[in-house]
Amino acid sequence: MDLNLSASELKFRDEFRAWLKSNIPSDWEKHRNQDEMLDKFEFLRAWQKKMYEAGWVGIAWPKEYGGRGATVMEQVIFTEEMARAGAPNLANVLGLSLIGPTIIAYGTDTQKKRYLAKILSADEIWCQGFSEPNAGSDLANVRTDARLDGDHYIVNGQKVWNSYGWAADWCALLTRSDPSSAKHHGLSYILVDMKSPGVEVRPLRQMTGESEFCEIFFHDVRVAAENVLGKVGEGWNVAMGTLAHERATLGAGVQIVIKRQFDRLVELAHKTMRNGKLAAEDPVIRQKLGQCFTDIEIMRLNQMRAISRINQKGVPGPESSILKVFWTELNQRFQQIATELLGPYATLSKGDPYAIDDGQWAYTFLRARGNTIEAGTSEVQRNILGHMVLGLPKSY
Amino acid sequence: MQFELTETQQTLKNTVRKFLSVECPIAEVRPLMETETAYDASLWQKMADQGWTGMLIPEQYGGFGMGMVEMAATLEEMGRALLPGPFFSTVVMAGTLIEKAGNEAQKEKYLGAIARGEIKVTVAFLEDPPAWTPQDVQLKARASGGAYLLDGTKLFVPDAGVADVIVVIARLDGELALFVVGRDTQGVAIRPMSSIDLTRKVYEIKFDCVCVPAEAMLASGPPAVEALGRARAMATVGLVAEMTGGMQRLLDMTVEYAKTRKQFGRPIGQFQAVQHQCADMLVLTESSRSAAYYAAYAIQEGIPEAPLAVSVAKAYASEAYRETGNRAIQVHGGMGFTWENDAHLYYRRAKVSEQMFGDATFHREVIAKLIVDANPVRQEELAASRG
Repeated sequence: MDLNLSASELKFRDEFRAWLKSNIPSDWEKHRNQDEMLDKFEFLRAWQKKMYEAGWVGIAWPKEYGGRGATVMEQVIFTEEMARAGAPNLANVLGLSLIGPTIIAYGTDTQKKRYLAKILSADEIWCQGFSEPNAGSDLANVRTDARLDGDHYIVNGQKVWNSYGWAADWCALLTRSDPSSAKHHGLSYILVDMKSPGVEVRPLRQMTGESEFCEIFFHDVRVAAENVLGKVGEGWNVAMGTLAHERATLGAGVQIVIKRQFDRLVELAHKTMRNGKLAAEDPVIRQKLGQCFTDIEIMRLNQMRAISRINQKGVPGPESSILKVFWTELNQRFQQIATELLGPYATLSKGDPYAIDDGQWAYTFLRARGNTIEAGTSEVQRNILGHMVLGLPKSY
Repeated sequence: MQFELTETQQTLKNTVRKFLSVECPIAEVRPLMETETAYDASLWQKMADQGWTGMLIPEQYGGFGMGMVEMAATLEEMGRALLPGPFFSTVVMAGTLIEKAGNEAQKEKYLGAIARGEIKVTVAFLEDPPAWTPQDVQLKARASGGAYLLDGTKLFVPDAGVADVIVVIARLDGELALFVVGRDTQGVAIRPMSSIDLTRKVYEIKFDCVCVPAEAMLASGPPAVEALGRARAMATVGLVAEMTGGMQRLLDMTVEYAKTRKQFGRPIGQFQAVQHQCADMLVLTESSRSAAYYAAYAIQEGIPEAPLAVSVAKAYASEAYRETGNRAIQVHGGMGFTWENDAHLYYRRAKVSEQMFGDATFHREVIAKLIVDANPVRQEELAASRG
């Protein structure tokens, strides 16, 4: 065991930390809580461009495609430093972490030349069209139809839960190109221009009241056949290729965000009265804070082990499902404890003069409810652990 | 960064597993646990021959001076095998305490003998009522002539039935003091207590005007508190490593059972209700393992957060081992509730380990002291309130 960063990793960290310190825009705080999503998004787009020009975008990508060929550790450090600095997120997150790497892995030279640079510069924002009303956990049940008509596909169908759908210029769409096929076979991964006639985006209002996600409808949308990524009919493998990679490195940022929120809660515990005394002095609350800290620390250690394994073996294993199960359930427990500690004011939303931290706690309480559903439900993760890690027979 | 064991550490772990699967399979554990002391002299000698009793002892005293990570890897395998006998008490509890608290002569005397497997030693801490906080230690020591007299009762002392020497935590003029007492000293009376953990025997020891010479005192006052704290941290981490091994064994046997046991014409492991129990056991086991090795590493490297890492590990594993046991028995169904099935042996160990060196509640309060009370805002307010 050796948990120290190497000299070059330390150098990377210090360099990036210093860059963030002098480059995070001073008006970020104003934009952070802005209600108008499109204005905020333009801010984030400009921020990505600035980072891109300084060479800090797509660091995991190979050098020949405009990245830095960063190691796994450097990616983790990058994510941690972004979270630690409270930096604005990158506008094109799906393009950078999922779609770009997939194009690098499966794309033709023409496709790489056409798309990659604009993903990095945020000139073209991407969304991903995988889930459908009847293809959630059972993702292979995709029905969006792509029928070949000369040198074009005609696409019809509906996608749902598309993050950034409202901002996207392009969509990485999982379609059924062979109508006689079933399940994982006969699917194709197609790159669709969101400005094509017949594409309709509707915001999907989630239980937090925001619309992070969209529904996308496709009515006879014509897409050039050359826009298929990878082989026709092998879209499932293309789609799955990069999914596992994101869990381990993105998790590193989540851990820091939760830890910062925990530190803030501890601060508030010294100012909040519960049961006639300061929350920080209430034995029951202290137990719960001790429990939260334990959970958050275990999350960090599980991440470190997973990253260390990727470092050694090159690929993340199905064990990354342990991380997903653990942190999502931990976050729900944490949010519950936070609202319990903070009391009635924690149930007030943004804008109310009595709300704590401008309603942040009420918001994260509601938002955490989605964690065990998005990006693979806890049930699916446990199926993966049972089947792929423990070798139990498949149930479906 | 490398979180995994190094190749050498992994080789050591594999060797321990292989050795124990031959020398101490569960078929040997069962008859041993039915004896009064659960001690097998020939197994003890073989382990000493492997050098394990000297693993943590510095080379200058005849040991191998290995690190806490190696010790944790070894203990994980011992916990997996449910190894009975005085290894843990001698090596992990007493050896570390003598090393931290003793003077040169005392270390010369005891550590080499421990390393060579010549003596078994234990630590007597708990009293009535049992509490893991040093300030609750009340066993009375007083100076008398050039010697000390000890009076009082210790409870839950592991392996006292076979220990040659007992390290007694006592109170001398209001301060903590540590003494080494030979088991045959006049006035020492040892009685077995009937613990539910059949593989780790515990004892009541009565000290009735027990007279020990001046050189029997290892330390007193702040150095004693400091030494006890450091030795306790090592033992706590060692215990968590051991607990992780037990969890791994429960997981393995449960998965195996779920693959072979059939109901409704199919292996029960095909039902998601069963799969998810197993998946949860995996999460609990791996999380305990992460916490155990990180804490071992933190102690080994002297990282300032080590005390926090130790409490995180014990707070987590205390509940995780018990919970893994719950699920193991549940998945085994009626079989799991029988004496013949091994699950209950681990479940018993889980319950007792949960409380040893403080349960989850105890360690969460330790964490609260370190995290909540240390908060800078709090410090400012305290300063302000003092005016």
